[in-house]
Amino acid sequence: MADQAVLRLENVRKVYSAGEIEFEALHGVSLDIGQGEYVAVAGPSGSGKSTLMNILGCLDVATEGRYEIAGQDVGQMDESELAELRCRQIGFVFQQFNLLPSMSAWRNVELPLSYAGVAPAQRRRRAIDALESVGLGDKIDNRPGQLSGGQQQRVAIARALVSEPTLLLADEPTGNLDTASAKEILGIFDQVHRAGRTIVLITHDWDVARRAGRSIEVRDGTILEGGGRA
Amino acid sequence: MSWGETIRTGLTAIRSHAMRSVLTIVGILIGIAAVILTVGLGLGTQKDVSESISSLGSNLLIVRPGSATSAAGIRGGFGSSTSLTMDDAAALGSSLAAPDIAGVAPEASTSVSLENGDVNWTASVTGTTTSWPQVRSRTLLAGEFFTEAQAEQAANVIVLGAETATQLFGTTWAAGRSLTIDSTTYEVVGVLAERGSSDDTDLDDLAVVPMQTYAARISSTGTAGTGAPVQTMYIQATAADTLSAAYQEAETLLANLHGITDSSAADFSISSQDALVSTATAVYRTLTVLLVGIAAIALLVGGIGVMNIMLVSVTERTREIGLRKALGAKPSAIRRQFLVEATALGLVGGVLGAGLGIAGAIALPQALGSSIVVSWPAVFGAVAVAVGIGLVFGTYPATRAARLAPVDALRDE
Repeated sequence: MADQAVLRLENVRKVYSAGEIEFEALHGVSLDIGQGEYVAVAGPSGSGKSTLMNILGCLDVATEGRYEIAGQDVGQMDESELAELRCRQIGFVFQQFNLLPSMSAWRNVELPLSYAGVAPAQRRRRAIDALESVGLGDKIDNRPGQLSGGQQQRVAIARALVSEPTLLLADEPTGNLDTASAKEILGIFDQVHRAGRTIVLITHDWDVARRAGRSIEVRDGTILEGGGRA
Repeated sequence: MSWGETIRTGLTAIRSHAMRSVLTIVGILIGIAAVILTVGLGLGTQKDVSESISSLGSNLLIVRPGSATSAAGIRGGFGSSTSLTMDDAAALGSSLAAPDIAGVAPEASTSVSLENGDVNWTASVTGTTTSWPQVRSRTLLAGEFFTEAQAEQAANVIVLGAETATQLFGTTWAAGRSLTIDSTTYEVVGVLAERGSSDDTDLDDLAVVPMQTYAARISSTGTAGTGAPVQTMYIQATAADTLSAAYQEAETLLANLHGITDSSAADFSISSQDALVSTATAVYRTLTVLLVGIAAIALLVGGIGVMNIMLVSVTERTREIGLRKALGAKPSAIRRQFLVEATALGLVGGVLGAGLGIAGAIALPQALGSSIVVSWPAVFGAVAVAVGIGLVFGTYPATRAARLAPVDALRDE
């Protein structure tokens, strides 16, 4: 366990309501993730895994309980403040890559920096550095359509890392990739982990989860530490 | 994100669905071009009318026989009665009785056939006095106007309009030539300089003779002498600011001469150029307001087009909006991006519409025969309105985009 928690969930409940029907996706989850930890969150679909990811990524707020990221209480924030928090503290990697097809690789990568208000010249340099760090220094001007799935996901990782976030949050990053590309991507995650960044990786694949230093299983809205490892 | 980048992103988005954007822009374009053309047509017609009224001469009062409307609501024989005479004209022309009147040109005219050998041309022949060129602001291209002496002798002299001279003699250098009217030979003493034709009166196809000659030989009534009937009397005031004094003098003098005590029973009516201009202006203003109203509806439809395309765009790009939000875009940044896009559509439509409107204002007058005045305030106003339409009709879609929850937006397929 980490001595210095950067992510702290205390008794987090999340209830979705659609009219009369209420559905509790998370039943009081508490979790500490320390600086530099590589944590896999695994579980079958419908377990509350995605809800947990949305809350960790500040895309959604808990109905009850407390969530702190780098000492800041997320519960009290409005839309604008949450956007700023995501901008500075969280880098997302999605299953479908989510690159903007009309923009070149480096323009995609610089997007978070433009929302953070970084000057254009500096943005381009940092975007190119980030692309080089994932081995795509020669593809900076290519559009997503001209890149393979593995390459697109590497662009997405570069985009997630370019703003040097507290947390790299990956949602099934290998879900749409073939075995070779998936291995490559996981290799990059190992590298990012060694560089000291905190990673939370959401997956349903235990082979992927096992590569992380710590794994958490979500089942029926609660979590089991180290689940599935036995 | 800076404004420059927001604008670039907006333009990229517009280009990425080019066909839809072009159709939306065309909607705005038509509205803006319609506004510019209708305003221009209104102003142009107004200008034409003012010009044709002012082409009568300057600082003019126009006296016609018959009252406009009698007290009992019965209209006098407007223009057809013969209540005005050469005596009236002479009295009004006296600088003692009417110091503010610079000149009087009584006119009587009829259409006759002019002959030069085998060449035959029908034109309006006007009988008048030597004051005519001054009062009607006409100059001579060649020769001289007839003289007072020629007028008193009822000499067979005639002054031709440029068009009439060309038709009869093949040239405007017709002074000194002669022509015949009803077997009587007339000497052409002068040719008038061209004035161009307005819509209904051709100012260059006419012939002018002394009133005495007209009354004795041309007029069908054949009443010669000073009592000869006058159809219209043009009175020129000494200056623009003595026009109303001249009006008073003319009215008083004519009433005295005609023995009229009750002004509502007057057997003549005096109108001023200004009154004609302001009547015409009022008519065309109403017309312009109507046309601009129609154009405004076209613009409104264009604006609804912008709103429609922006709503489609927001729906289509829900996932992109979600992603941008996940990457740290604030709601205000998203709203701004869509507003810029809508405004850009309005601006492009506005500028192209202004271009089309101006091109139409240059090309159409040749086809229509009426002038279209490009009003720069209207052009800039129309472009500003187009931008405003983009902003106003873009606000709702942009706000909707800004309010999308990132989780839902990202989940959208």
